[in-house]
Amino acid sequence: MPSEIVRLDGHIIDSLTLSKVLDIILKEGGEYRVLRFQMGATRSDPSHAEIEISAPDNETLERILHATGQHGTERTAGEARLVPAPKDGVLPEGFYATTNLETHVRVGNEWLPVQFIEMDCAIVIEYKEGKPTARCAPMHHVREGELVVVGDTGVRVTPVERREPDDVFSFMGSDVSTERPKERVVAAIVHAMKEARQEGKKILFVGGPAIIHTGAGHYLEAIIRAGWIDVLFAGNALAAHDIEGALFGTSLGVEIATGTAMPHGHENHLRAINAIRAYGSIRRAVEAGFLRSGIMHACITTNTAYVLAGSIRDDGPLPDVITDVVEAQDKMRQHVHGVGVALMVATTLHSVATGNLLPASVRTLCVDSDPDTVIKLMDRGTHQAFGLVTDCEFFLKELAAQLPNVKVVK
Amino acid sequence: MTTPTTIRQVLMCPPTAYDVCYEINPWMHVENRPDRSLAAKQWDALYQVLATRIGLTVHLIPQPPECPDMVFTANAGLVYEGKALLSQFRHPQRQPEVPYFRTWFEQHGYQVITPPPNCHFEGEGDALFVGDVLVAGYLKRSDICSHRWLTDTLGLPVLSLELVDDRWYHLDTCFLPLEAHLVAYYPEAFDDYARIVIENNFETIPVREEEALRFACNAVVIGHQVVLPNGCPQLTDALQQRGFVCYAVEMSEFLKAGGAAKCLTLLLR
Repeated sequence: MPSEIVRLDGHIIDSLTLSKVLDIILKEGGEYRVLRFQMGATRSDPSHAEIEISAPDNETLERILHATGQHGTERTAGEARLVPAPKDGVLPEGFYATTNLETHVRVGNEWLPVQFIEMDCAIVIEYKEGKPTARCAPMHHVREGELVVVGDTGVRVTPVERREPDDVFSFMGSDVSTERPKERVVAAIVHAMKEARQEGKKILFVGGPAIIHTGAGHYLEAIIRAGWIDVLFAGNALAAHDIEGALFGTSLGVEIATGTAMPHGHENHLRAINAIRAYGSIRRAVEAGFLRSGIMHACITTNTAYVLAGSIRDDGPLPDVITDVVEAQDKMRQHVHGVGVALMVATTLHSVATGNLLPASVRTLCVDSDPDTVIKLMDRGTHQAFGLVTDCEFFLKELAAQLPNVKVVK
Repeated sequence: MTTPTTIRQVLMCPPTAYDVCYEINPWMHVENRPDRSLAAKQWDALYQVLATRIGLTVHLIPQPPECPDMVFTANAGLVYEGKALLSQFRHPQRQPEVPYFRTWFEQHGYQVITPPPNCHFEGEGDALFVGDVLVAGYLKRSDICSHRWLTDTLGLPVLSLELVDDRWYHLDTCFLPLEAHLVAYYPEAFDDYARIVIENNFETIPVREEEALRFACNAVVIGHQVVLPNGCPQLTDALQQRGFVCYAVEMSEFLKAGGAAKCLTLLLR
């Protein structure tokens, strides 16, 4: 619940101004707490009150503050202090480090919403035609001379609302447990995905190679083909083994259909990567008719965006893999704007990397057979994540079954 | 203790450039402009009552052509014990009056004090003494922040009253201090809280709507003499029953700009 402390001074008792202000707060849908009250010692001495006003949302709070302001309440929150960045990519001393929660900064007597909020960044204020705007900026994006918020004066962070009791996510809580009714969790996710669609928000899928190893690739492929995913984040491995599966029917040399190891199968993913490298990109391999199935094929043919971020242990890598981590992070950053639901399945590092970029308002589900993955994700600040400890094949199979219009082809 | 009974001097502005050239209250209509010679006669009649019948010293400030509303000297500021608390008008149309009033106050030995930035204050239009209490209106023209400034500057208690009807945009259009604990007022011009404050603090004479529309409350009170717009028999009767001597003046041409006797008169304490 957003709140702000205001001061009210003057002959506020005799004039009934205090009563009026408190009445207005309640009438407009807010709540108050009188933190301090000092009665004037004599008739001519003014009285002083300090009132904390809270409201269900920022809009209501602003409305209340405006209404009470006409009757003399003064906002005590100071202005944010702005200091120019000393160099490209260097923040001024004492810069305000962001959380992933909805944030406002007070500049020019106005609370500005911070755009593109993500944790562990700075807040940059820009003036366009004299009007200030605030945006969240990662350290390396900041240019010399840009105005950066320093200290926490004039910064307001709004905790994530408690979800309504009938909200699909509410029953899950936010701890990690293996003891959850899994089909019910999947039903909740399906509901959340439908809601995101209705609200025009994007659905993000973050996946690891275990999806391919466990033979769940065709479920994800079908979900993508049905148009349920807007953007896929993964590493070299998921794409490489998916393509290996499409070309050779194996994942890390193990036949997906039978579960038996193929002779020299361990080379298959290298040969798959090499073949795509020869085409120059996954798209060209698809367009040439060389790659005809799989998750990556589905992404290309349905125009589903994907970001493949490289790592130091990658084979190849595939030509689509972005090997500069800062560049990869920036590319992911572009795609997280407008995401309403994030599904993180069978990957620790990509889940944490994505979690770092997401605002806390994004409904985030982390599915892994290891509870530790979810714990790591939450320990690194993605507190909004709900954990489902289960095998990714079960999860994707159930998700494909419950989502409308998904046709799984084995 | 300064009370309205001690007033011996006032400031007026002869209506040489008085006109309705813009509309900043519901009374003003540019197509219904005042008759200038009639306005001059009405102003002169008021001047004569104040100067001759009541015997006040009436100071005059000339009206510059770019300030058609400057005849309403009550909005110049609030004068108290050698201090002139200068106005800061809400509407830009009236802001050009301020330097002329400032100069006059300075030349007459007043310590001129200006309101804090971004805090509107329209002088005696919105701040009237009832005994030793300053009663101040807000929301339509003056901001409530000016009330705190009045308290801090003068060290006096200020009762803040919210005005809710655009037609009674200044406190002096709907609230008339008569004695230390007696006021006349038009209740509908105030919000519920203000009405309670007025009833809790003062003995009251309610003014009816038809007389409030004639600006009955916009009267100059000097001791037990009251100069009020004509056509207000109910209030006149109530005042006479309490021993007040009433002088009725025709104010038709000034009502066209939303002003009457009190608006045309700044009390100099």
